[in-house]
Amino acid sequence: MENSRRNFFGMSSKACLSAAALSVMAGVPSLGYAKNFNPEKDVDILNVALSLEHEAINAYQLGASSGLLQKPILDVAILFQSHHKAHRDALVKTIETLGGKAVTERTLDDYAKALKANTLASQDDILKLAAKLELGAINAYLGVIPAFVDMKLSQIAGRLAADETMHYTALTQALGQRLPNQAFSFGG
Amino acid sequence: MKVFYLLGIFLCFDMRIVLAKANDVELGRQLYETKCIACHSVDENRIGPKHVGIVGRKVGRVAGYSYSAALKNANTQWTPRLLDAWLTDPEAVFPGQKMAFRLSDIRERQLIIEYLKTLK
Repeated sequence: MENSRRNFFGMSSKACLSAAALSVMAGVPSLGYAKNFNPEKDVDILNVALSLEHEAINAYQLGASSGLLQKPILDVAILFQSHHKAHRDALVKTIETLGGKAVTERTLDDYAKALKANTLASQDDILKLAAKLELGAINAYLGVIPAFVDMKLSQIAGRLAADETMHYTALTQALGQRLPNQAFSFGG
Repeated sequence: MKVFYLLGIFLCFDMRIVLAKANDVELGRQLYETKCIACHSVDENRIGPKHVGIVGRKVGRVAGYSYSAALKNANTQWTPRLLDAWLTDPEAVFPGQKMAFRLSDIRERQLIIEYLKTLK
């Protein structure tokens, strides 16, 4: 099992977000607004997404600096953290383009307390926490799609959910968990 | 003798209701862990406030959490019915609030609320 986990991450560590994808996400507000566009409401939702990304970045930081993660899983955790940083940067840019104020991240200690980092005692504990947070983020992003006034921002939520789904799938496979038997596992 | 027989039947039905309820709570917990956990925890404030004691609690009153003005000024309590409306469309219940997530499935909302009721 351990060899197959290492091989799995050896193959997957080559994945990355394209610069083109980031620039499209960051440039979405310039593609036109919906008729009843309310920037303030959509900024609020984007700030919730930004809070999720801040937490994810810090969760992976806690995992990476715990000393519990072994290569290549450590490399993948750092890679996934970099994806969340890209999400963060794109969300901050979008919020500011819409005239809003981006929510700031809390301290690492705050996240450690909120996520009960002191209970993490093994690599598997960290992977399970990461998988839980990624799954929560997938469902959160899918869940907010109907709330956006501007449909282009709904597309951002969809793209963020897609990245988190990729993370979740990789993490659960590393844990040796089975793929879902049923379709429509996410959202709803 | 007939009395004991009837009592036995009654107890069997009662146990089935108890077991069905326990199953709903567990299903609700599992849904909470997938749908709500991105922003909430049972006993820690995160992106959203903690949920321990939520049923019966005054809206917008968890210590240490920064609420929107909409919830701070709500002046009501969380009931199962209010939670159901909230999870369906938070903005319709308290306009100007911060939670954008919506849960459209009636049964999933019911199960999550059953679980929330147990958080004391």
